[in-house]
Parts: sequence; structure tokens; C-alpha cells
Amino acid sequence: MPTFNDILILLPEFYLVAAACLLLLLDAFMKPAQRPLLHWISIAVLLVAIYLVVAGQPPQAVTAFGGMFVRDDVAEILKVFALGTTAMVFVYARPYLTDRKLVSGEFYTLMIFAVLGIMLLVSAGNLVTVYLGLELLSLSSYALVALNRDAKLPPEAAIKYFVLGALASGMLLYGMSMVYGASGMGGTPTLDLAQLHNVMSYTTAPTLLLFGLVFMVVGIGFKLGAAPFHMWIPDVYQGAPTPVTTFIASGSKLAAFGMAYRLLDAGMGDLSQHWHLMLAVLAVISLAIGNLVAIVQTNLKRMLAYSTISHMGYLLLGLAAAGPEGYAAAMFYAICYALMGVAAFGVMLALTRAGFECEEIADLKGLNQKSPWMAFLMLLAMFSLAGVPPLFGFWAKVLVLEAAIHANMLWLAIVGIVFAIIGLYYYLYVVKVMYFDKPVEGGALQAQPDQPLRVVLSLNALSLLALGLYWGPLLAWCRHAFGL
Amino acid sequence: MFNHLLSLLIWLPVVGAIPVLLAGSARPNLARWLSLLVAVLTFVVSLFLLVQYNPGGAAMQLVESHLWIASWGVHYGLAVDGISVALIVMTTFVGILVIAGAWEVIQDKPHQYMAAMLILEGLLIGVFCATDALLFYALFEAILIPMFILIGIWGGPRRVYATLKFFIYTFFGSVFMLIALLYLYQKAHTFDLATLAALPLTFTEQAWIFFAFLIAFAIKVPMVPVHTWLPDAHVEAPTGGSVVLAAVMLKVGTYGMLRFILPIVPDAGAHFAWLVIVLSLVAIVYIGYVALVQEDMKKLVAYSSVAHMGFVTLGIFIAFMLVRDQGHTDMAMLGMQGAMIQMISHGFVSGAMFTCIGVMYDRLHTRLIKDYGGVINAMPWFGFFYVLFAMANCGLPGTSGFVGEFMVILASFTANPWIALFAAFTLVIGAGYTLWLVKRVLWGAITNPHVAEMKEINGRETFVLAAFAAAVLALGIWPQPLVHLMDSSVSQLVQQLAIHKI
Repeated sequence: MPTFNDILILLPEFYLVAAACLLLLLDAFMKPAQRPLLHWISIAVLLVAIYLVVAGQPPQAVTAFGGMFVRDDVAEILKVFALGTTAMVFVYARPYLTDRKLVSGEFYTLMIFAVLGIMLLVSAGNLVTVYLGLELLSLSSYALVALNRDAKLPPEAAIKYFVLGALASGMLLYGMSMVYGASGMGGTPTLDLAQLHNVMSYTTAPTLLLFGLVFMVVGIGFKLGAAPFHMWIPDVYQGAPTPVTTFIASGSKLAAFGMAYRLLDAGMGDLSQHWHLMLAVLAVISLAIGNLVAIVQTNLKRMLAYSTISHMGYLLLGLAAAGPEGYAAAMFYAICYALMGVAAFGVMLALTRAGFECEEIADLKGLNQKSPWMAFLMLLAMFSLAGVPPLFGFWAKVLVLEAAIHANMLWLAIVGIVFAIIGLYYYLYVVKVMYFDKPVEGGALQAQPDQPLRVVLSLNALSLLALGLYWGPLLAWCRHAFGL
Repeated sequence: MFNHLLSLLIWLPVVGAIPVLLAGSARPNLARWLSLLVAVLTFVVSLFLLVQYNPGGAAMQLVESHLWIASWGVHYGLAVDGISVALIVMTTFVGILVIAGAWEVIQDKPHQYMAAMLILEGLLIGVFCATDALLFYALFEAILIPMFILIGIWGGPRRVYATLKFFIYTFFGSVFMLIALLYLYQKAHTFDLATLAALPLTFTEQAWIFFAFLIAFAIKVPMVPVHTWLPDAHVEAPTGGSVVLAAVMLKVGTYGMLRFILPIVPDAGAHFAWLVIVLSLVAIVYIGYVALVQEDMKKLVAYSSVAHMGFVTLGIFIAFMLVRDQGHTDMAMLGMQGAMIQMISHGFVSGAMFTCIGVMYDRLHTRLIKDYGGVINAMPWFGFFYVLFAMANCGLPGTSGFVGEFMVILASFTANPWIALFAAFTLVIGAGYTLWLVKRVLWGAITNPHVAEMKEINGRETFVLAAFAAAVLALGIWPQPLVHLMDSSVSQLVQQLAIHKI
């Protein structure tokens, strides 16, 4: 039976459900003139959620509802950053939504439900919770992509996302059913991740278990957007309204890492000798496809989509190391990528105004002349994405490379570094366009005057520099979460 | 006692760049004066460093070490030996001159130009005193960002191509070094250079790590055949960019060799010394001929830089041959000393040559030799400086160019007279391309009417050129203080060469 203690453990989640429902009601009963208030309320909701997550964090990992839900340090870190980046997305989104008359309760409620999905997913202790969290996140995201339903691209992107996402969910579910079946052959069937851990030792159907594992890796690959399961990424990134793209590039990636960690380490840890090679292969393909295809993109959102694919390749480098060191490095990478992604898309949002969508790389021409500060923030984001020291992205890369070498996969580290050189080009190209090209005569390029956006975006991009200079505490936090 | 002198030297220009940037394009003069102030202050602090440093002590001095990343045991570790001190003082000296040199030449966003220069200066100083490999690497790579911006915004017509090539080329080399460092970290669990130097490694490991280091540093030096980014970058860079590139940035490559290849993989270094020596000789002889046929002044000096840096790598690696194969420790010392002096001297000479070309370019907006001729008639004072630097470039005794080359040739004669023969070719070829350049540009009758209209150098340009001239002559006539400064550090390096690590 659920006890009061169980509910306390899930307090942030319960709070978020209540808050999201309340927001829906508010939206329905508010006068249109008061609607903009929703924005501030939603941000406050997220900030309070961060407080609840941190303040109520138990010193030791605890489980609730009979192991369905795990609250440990890994979950805490991922939740804090998912909530934090989503709050940033809200700040960045306001001028965009206002200019396009998209300010509505739906955006905020769906986003909060998506975050709730992330929180469940990264705390999952059971296959059912994994699936529940994943679907909550995915269904909210599908709807968010189609938010601007009158435009041409968003519905198309949403349908693509939905069809492929449903397929991937099906694969995952199918894999879970096989694992469940294998756990019942020679023992009691279980969905609990902690108990699944030693299925391999007793099951009479190891082949079935491995098959299930493969299907689950496919599901994870899809969620991460790792090649060859990356097909949805470019279209969704390009088609979705930029704030939603920002969310998919940040919070969603943290969730995908959390899901991979829960399923692979907690659930299938005994099979790491099998899945670590699968992940290594996914990593190599992602690095290759992401970096090579990004070079030829002219649309910035699409370019960043392919860059995401390559970044997931680096994240997989850490996961493939299959040890606490590797997980810590991969989590560090996921956090780093979330911050960089929010910053890069944030600059695009800051340059997008009514009637002008900043999304082609050529739109940034001569940005340094028009708005040196925005150009500088984008420069930080680009060099960080490229992995040039002293920026944050460099250290994240160093960590995953070290993890790979540590796990005796020197070859993988060399592949990773070679693609880093190739990837360098398209980030430098963006800097080139901003700094070395002349602005278009009479061009519409101009930064949003919205003060909160400017301040938060500046802090966001400068944090890439600050964390690049002093990343010790964050790394220590990540390592501590994995018992190092 | 104040013991954060090195940190101050690194961060003063980097932090000083912020007010310069804030001055903005609306107040260009404020930005100029501020940046000059920062550069002068940095130079003054570096003079303090020169005073504080005790040339007698062999160990690293003015040590600063703070735990930076606890879980990895990475330290923010800084310390200097004589070589570092010499390079740092040269960097701050050149730092003032490039800012003075760009004064009214850079009209487009001068604040950003000056700020990039200052950040670059701070990072370069950091490279010269980092004692933690990861810190070194981060700074080594971070240099690329301001240089990329400098060439890309203020460069010539093909600046985008040149700057992308420069960035990707150098990045390509250094990432392999990163892998090697991570591999070493697996073995030693630290990035501290002194610990890595004591780490035993098998020959196979050493060989792989040697090549990983070599590719990183050879591209930076640059050595043949990975020098091709240099002529492009130099030609397209603004004058100040070329000066810093030639005077300081190339030294980062040879400095890295001293700090990484020599102590960490001495056995592989000794085994493959012949390769580096051959490549150095190719640079000296072949690139000298290539310089001869250039039609672009900047390209000519760029190629001559490659040839001169060949002497530095020759001097460093000939020491391996002398110590390991023949036991001539004192000759090895001489070769290494020569290489160090060549590094400093080349910094001043090439910096001065690029400044001269910049002065002419500002007036005529062409770098082609054929557009000039008879410049001496219009600008006699400029001609005086130009000839002086040209003489230093071809190694005339009495100028700084002579000292280093002579010592390296002397040392290589002991190792193998054939090597010395090829190296000595430079005296002929170097004189050939430099004097021919002077003949075509300065002497003769004025053929291009625009040359007659060229104005004599103004006070600011005279100051910059005179400062370079003073340095070149001082080193040429009385190199003893510099030799003394680096003496114990060099002997320390040579002793390390003899240690077998297998």
C-alpha cells in the first residue's frame, strides 16, 4: 500500500501535476488581458519545483511505491537541470510567442507536463514507469511541435515526429515485453529494474533477453536521436516552433540520458558486455552522420539538428564505457549539451521578431556589426559546441574521451576526436558569417529588446565560459551521484 | 611576498580586454589608450618577473599551484624557468608594439581588435608558464579563438579561407596530443608535467606519444611538410596578427617540444631525432629556395620564418644526437642555447619585418614586390630600419640573427659535418632572398609614381621600428644576459635528454 512517505518522496511530481492542472484552469478563466501573467506563473511553478527537488532530496537513494520510483542523486541532478533549462526556454519563448500570438495556457501546460514526464522517466525504477514517463514526455512534445497549427511546417513535423515516435515506443515496449518474458522463464516474472538486473544469471531464455535488449536499445537510440534512428531530428527541429525545438534540444536530451541510464545500467547492467558494443556502434554512426551532414546545411536549425546527432554520439561514448566514470562523464555531457543547446537556440529566439524568423545561417550575416553582444553570445555557444577550450563543451568532450580510453576503447576515442575536427568546420562557419561577413543592406536583423531574455541569455552563454574555467564542482557532483 | 606574479601576468591583459571592449566603437580613442595602458602595465609586470627570477636556480620558480579540478587532480599550476621568462618578456614587449602599430591603421572596430590582441597576449603568456598538461593544452587551443577573429575580421581579401585553414589545421594537430595526454593520465593519474616526465614508458608507447606530440607542435612551428597554413595565414592576417603569429605564436610549437617531447618521451625523441633533423634541413634549404621566388613580400617573410624556425628544431633535436650518440653534453648545450636564442631573435626580426611590410602596405595597399622600387628615395628613415632588419634576417654578425644560427651550426658540425653544411646553406640562401627583396623594394629608381608619394614614417611608426631595432641590436651585440638567463634551464633540459625512461 502506498504510504504517506511514498507521497512525500514524489512531492515535486505531485506538486507539478497540481500546478499544471491549476494553470489549465487559470487559462480558461483568465481575461485575455491577463494572459501574459501565465508566463510568470509558469516560471515560478518551475522554480518552486526546483526548490522542492533540492530541498527534499534524501541523503540516501530511496524508492517509493514498491520500487516503481527511485529518488537518487542522478535523478536530482537531471531534474534540476531539466526544470532549469525549461524555465530558460519559457523566458526565451515569450517574445516569440507574443509576436506570433501563440501565448496560451496550452504551451505552458504542455511544457510542464513534458517536464513531468522527464521527471518520472529519470526516476524510473520499473519498466512501467519508464514507459509512462516516456509517453507523457513524447505525447506532450508531439502536441507542442504542432503548436503553431496554421503554419505549414509544424503540423508536418509533428506528424513525422508522432509516427516515428510511436514506432520507437512500440519497439521499446516490444523489447520490454521480451525482457519481462525472459525474466519469467526460470524465475518470477518482474518489471522491476533492480530485479531485472540479474535475470541473465537464471533465465532459461537468454536469447529472448538479448532480443529484448536490442529492441530497448533501439528505443533509447530513437529518444537520444542517435544515428541510424535520427531521421526525425532534422525535420522536427526545423519544423517545430523554435521554443519547442529549444526544449527538445535541452530537457529532452537529459531525459534520454536518464532513460538510457535507468534501462541499461539499473536494468540490464549484467549485459553491459553486449550493449556497450551496440552503443559504441551507434556512437560511431552518429558522429559520422551528424558531423558530415551538418556541413552542408544552410538552415541553422537543421544544422544544429545534425550537430545534436553528433553530440549524442559523444554522449554515447561515455555511456558505452559502461561504468560509473562513463556515466558521470555522459551525464556531464548531457548537462553541458542542454546548456549549449538552450544558448544557441536562445540567440536565434532573441533575433527572431514579428515577421522575421531567424533560422537560416545567412540570416546571421554581419551580426557583429548589428549587435556585437548577441554575436559574442553566439560565438561562445558555437565554440563551446565545437569543443574549443576554455569553453564548457571542450571539457565535456575531454571527459567522455577519457571515459572511453579508460574503458579500453582507445579506437573509439580516436574516432570521436577525428570527427571533432570535421565538426569544427560548420561551427566556425557560423562564426564566420556573424563576424566576417557584411550585414545585408536593409536586413531585418535586430536583437529583441526584451530585457529578461537578454539577461538570462547572457547569463546562460556566459555560464558556458564560467563553467569552462571552473567545472570541478559540477563534475564532482556528477561523480558523486554515481558513487565516485 | 607577492606570489601571484604569473597569474597577474596572464589575467591582467585578459581582464584588461573587458574595459577595452566596453569602450565600444563609439569611443575608439579611449579603447586605444586603454589597451596601450594594459599592454604597458603587462610589460612592466613582466620586468618585475625578470628581476624576481633567479637565473642561478635550475628548478622551476615562482611556482603557483592551486587545485583546479579536484576529482581529476588537475592543478592550476604555473611556474617559469629561464626559457619561459625570456619568451614571456618577448611576448609582452611585442604586445606593446602591435598595439602601437595598429593605432590608426585599424579603423574598423578598433576596440575589438585591441581586445582580441590583449586576450591573445594573456593566453600566450599562460602557455609559457603552465606546468599542468591539461592547463597547457587548454591555453594552447584557446589561442586559436582570438587569432581566428583577428585574421577573419581585419585580414586581406582571402581572409576567410586563410583563417579557417589556420584554425582547422592547428586544431587537427593538437587533438592527437589530447589523446596522448589522456593516455598518459590513465597511467599517471595526473597531468602534472614533472610527474609525467618521471613516468616510465615502453618504447612503443613513447613512439606513439612522440608522434602525437610531434604532429601537434610541428604544425604550430610549422615544420615541413605541414607548414602550408602559414603562408596563407600570414599573407591574409592584418599586420599585428602577422607580427604576433610570427614573433610569438610559432614559438609555442618549439616551446611545447621542450616541455613535452624532451622530458616525457626522450627515448622516442632520440630514436626519431633524425626525422626531425631531416625535416629541419628541408625547411632550411628547400623553403629558403621557395622564399626566393615569392612575389608577395609577406609570403616571402612567411617562408623565411619557416626556414628560420627550422634552425630552432634543428638545434633542439641535434642535442639528442650529441648527447645520446656521442656524449658531447657541452656541444648539446651550445646547440640548445642557439635554438633558444634563435627563438627569441626570430621573434624580434620577423616581427620587425612584418611591421615594415605593414608600414608600406598602409601607404600603397599592395604587398607585391613589383609594385615597389626605390622606396628609399621617398622614405629614407624607413629604409634605414628596413635594411637593418633585412641584415638581421640573413644573419649578419652584430645582429641577433647571427648568434643563434652560428651556435646551432657549430653544434651540428660536431654532430655531423654534413648537417652543418646543409644548415649553413641558409647563410647563402637567406642572404639571397632577403637582399634581393631589399634590392627590388628599396633601391633603384622609382618606377611606380605612387611610391614617390609615400610619406616618411611618422613618430609612432618610428617608435615601433626603433624598439624592434634596439632589441635586435642588443641581442646581436651582447647576447650574454640572455644566455645567462636561460643557461641553467638549458642545462637542465640537456640532462633530461640523457635519462632513459624505458
